[in-house]
Amino acid sequence: MDAVLLQILNGLDKGSAYALIALGLTLIFGTLGVVNFAHGALFMLGAFCAVTLSRILTLSFETIDETKVDFLGNPLKVKTPYVESWFGPETGGAIIDWAVPLSILFAIPVMITIGFIMERGLIKHFYKRPHADQILVTFGLAIVLQELIKYFFGANPIPTPAPDVFKGSFDFGVLLGYDPNVIIYPYWRMVYFLFSTIIIGGVFAFLQFTTFGMVVRAGMADRETVGLLGINIDKRFTFMFGLAAAVAGIAGVMYAPINSPNYHMGMDFLVLSFVVVVVGGMGSLPGAVLAGFMLGILESFASMNWIKDIIPGIDQIIIYVVAIIILLTRPRGLMGRKGVMED
Amino acid sequence: MLGISKKDMTILLVVIVLALCAPFILNPFPTGSAMAQFNAGYPDLMQRFVIFGIFAIGFNILFGLTGYLSFGHAAFLGVGSYSAVWMFKLLSMNVVPAILLSMIVAGLFSVLIGYVSLRRSGIYFSILTLAFAQMSFNLAYSVLTPITNGETGLQLTLSDKRYLGQSVTESGSIPVTNFFGLEMRSTYDLAVGGWNFQFNAGYYLCAIIMIVAFYVSMRIFRSPFGLMLRAVKSNQQRLNYTGINPKPYTLAAFVISGIYAGLAGGLMASMDPLAGAERMQWTASGEVVLMTILGGAGTLIGPVLGAGFIKYFENIFSKINDTVLHQWFAFMPDGLEDVVVFIVHPFVGKGWHLTLGILFMLVVTFLPGGLVEGGQRIAKLFKREKAPAVPPSDPEHHPKETPHVAE
Amino acid sequence: MGILEVKGVNKRFGGLQALGDVNLSVAENTVHAIIGPNGAGKSTLLNCLVGKLIPDTGSVMFDGQSVLGRTPYEINQMGISRVFQTPEIFGDLTVFENMVIPCFAKRDGSFRMHAFESVVQEQDICLQAEQMLVDVNMQDKRHMHAASLSRGDKRRLEMAMCLSQKPRLLLLDEPTAGMARADTNNTIDLLKEIKSTRDITIAIIEHDMHVVFSLADRITVLAQGTPLVEDSPENIRGNPKVREAYLGEAA
Repeated sequence: MDAVLLQILNGLDKGSAYALIALGLTLIFGTLGVVNFAHGALFMLGAFCAVTLSRILTLSFETIDETKVDFLGNPLKVKTPYVESWFGPETGGAIIDWAVPLSILFAIPVMITIGFIMERGLIKHFYKRPHADQILVTFGLAIVLQELIKYFFGANPIPTPAPDVFKGSFDFGVLLGYDPNVIIYPYWRMVYFLFSTIIIGGVFAFLQFTTFGMVVRAGMADRETVGLLGINIDKRFTFMFGLAAAVAGIAGVMYAPINSPNYHMGMDFLVLSFVVVVVGGMGSLPGAVLAGFMLGILESFASMNWIKDIIPGIDQIIIYVVAIIILLTRPRGLMGRKGVMED
Repeated sequence: MLGISKKDMTILLVVIVLALCAPFILNPFPTGSAMAQFNAGYPDLMQRFVIFGIFAIGFNILFGLTGYLSFGHAAFLGVGSYSAVWMFKLLSMNVVPAILLSMIVAGLFSVLIGYVSLRRSGIYFSILTLAFAQMSFNLAYSVLTPITNGETGLQLTLSDKRYLGQSVTESGSIPVTNFFGLEMRSTYDLAVGGWNFQFNAGYYLCAIIMIVAFYVSMRIFRSPFGLMLRAVKSNQQRLNYTGINPKPYTLAAFVISGIYAGLAGGLMASMDPLAGAERMQWTASGEVVLMTILGGAGTLIGPVLGAGFIKYFENIFSKINDTVLHQWFAFMPDGLEDVVVFIVHPFVGKGWHLTLGILFMLVVTFLPGGLVEGGQRIAKLFKREKAPAVPPSDPEHHPKETPHVAE
Repeated sequence: MGILEVKGVNKRFGGLQALGDVNLSVAENTVHAIIGPNGAGKSTLLNCLVGKLIPDTGSVMFDGQSVLGRTPYEINQMGISRVFQTPEIFGDLTVFENMVIPCFAKRDGSFRMHAFESVVQEQDICLQAEQMLVDVNMQDKRHMHAASLSRGDKRRLEMAMCLSQKPRLLLLDEPTAGMARADTNNTIDLLKEIKSTRDITIAIIEHDMHVVFSLADRITVLAQGTPLVEDSPENIRGNPKVREAYLGEAA
């Protein structure tokens, strides 16, 4: 039982990331009818927003401390981040420590802008083109984005730590009456899960309770009719694209401490997120979220040692196997609507 | 002759001449001259041209004709490579059984994947193939290590059995791949004036196989079977109501293109007997898609052009570094020179993939018919001056306006 | 015993009874029209005949064999061809290639791996296709892309494709919908010619009374998913029930 609980917990953070990316993919697909292969790259860009901000915050100037010498006997050069000299070492230190959460504020405008530029500059011209062309052009864009990041940040993963407060783990087991250290869960992963839940809830609330959201939902159901009503649906869809980009971006920001960002993390997540979208049902937002968590947890279970002993390597392929089975038995996915991308 | 029309015969002859004379054509600049860096007549590069040409020709039979966009064809290439290396390990260093096995294994594998993936069409199909390829990559990388040797990749060793050949040569090294005794690496150097032309046995084997592969694809394009495949792309509904079952046709196309990919993988391993999982990664699948589109999907010659184009520029671009750039732009004033070099720098050398991505986007956006369409547009411009444009009679040379993927 | 026998067919979509106990018999070598106001279930009925929909209950027999549970291509191979409301042709292919495909389907069945013959060397097929193009007077357009044809020509091409298979039953789904008067008249002439020169049964779903009364031998009036009456055109014209259900609305 404790092992089961632990795996569920372990699957939650990866599941959250899948769910957030899949949510964005579905929003774009449902509203704009575009299959966005560059969505993983947006997630990656978000993670690099965190990297960038922490680099900016740690920009330093050098002073020479005459009282100390380094091992060569020269006066010691001390680096002081500008932030610390402006706000004092304590506040400055705290700001640097909290670079990742602060990056959210930085990433939202950046990602929305990127989303707008992408939609207006590129995707817009592909609404009437075949899906294959959309796939290809966004695939090209994904390559470009990831190569740009590789050029500026290098090919190696860049560790981006979470604030000190969240280092360490929470002992769930004790709470439930197990022995200590049986079920432990890193604080940051918990934060990530809670954070994703809030974002997902926010997106749903936004679509459910605002007029804007209502129009978007109507547009997802029947784009032409809403267009006929004289509502400028295109403008709203541009905003939708910005929103989806922002969701993917902040998902990336918060994921940076869990997995050190590298330039190809977007592609890695994209393939799985597509699988998630397909399993959840193309065009279904709840389906995307459900499938995201489900597959995340499933993956976590498959990586348990005794399961791997029975079927070696199952953790590597479980998601694909499940996806293939679901697509063959329920072609529309778990919660797919009729008429969306039907044959 | 050969059951093809006069016009096709001309195309085939052009391909044959290009392939057989490649060591001359690709080496236009004398060795040692400043332009020698643009030469491409080296055995391993020429081998890559034709091997990827074969891969793209096969992919085109699926994507160009039926419009089904597979993102998983690299998996078949990888499987082909692994099979060939195993043949070298177990049987002998002769490439013929290795290539045959790689085609057979890739064919069987594609029957399996195709049967499942083709249950769906459109983007579902693309995603399914992508998932399969990624799954194969993961398996090759980790679980199937006994077969694939995981991260390191499958290589020949001195302790391999090679039941019909020898494990170790007399000089104590690993034997080399051969075609009934003709070593693949044997190269004849022909020095004429300042030029040095290299004729490599491996290249010629690949080139001849590519010519055959091209001829087969030509026959398929002109056959009733090819017509049905184009009909699948055009209108599946009508095809169904015309009494034709599209499924076996598309599956056959999928398997044929899988066999082509396996053949390419087998040849790759025959030229350089090792196989790694990275050959199966989905970026590798993306590359063949790009070659086909860049050349012109659905045209006969397009994929060959696309493969050559990409592999050539990959080679050239990768060689360019800042020193070379400074040489090029030396005529500019110093400040401007540095700026230009700074701007160009990200796109060359290791930045080739960035250029590739941009190229990809530009081609899909502005030239969906690829180089072949570009060439036709230019030709049309010239023709228009002489005579009013006549509607061309050959349908395959038209860019398609209707969706590539069945909706 | 007609060539097409529909017995007790019911079809429900959720709460909507699209077809309720439909019985229909189409006699061989006649033109049988199915008319009815919008939403009467005409298209649903047609889709049940070609394998696109499967009725909840009832039977559909073609020439003594059930078509239920068969796929559209199997039903076509049995001898039923269908013309769509908006012409369904192979837009990317030339007119000639469009004509060749049904000829292959007729000769080779639903699948044959003929990857090494050349289309142009299949002389009997090419002759057949050529002849059909001459029949519908489209031989001068043989190299055109089908997508670039006029709407009327697309309709003629589709009809020719169906006829080249020598079907025993031709199903027409509102063949003149959205057409100008002149085009409609051309289509009527074409259909009359087909009727007089070939042994063929035609079932036609139509909204346009002019078309129906110029062509049909028998007429079935469908209303709210149930056949109201089946009779000859003369009697239908005078039938008060039909006037009430249909003509009244049309007038």
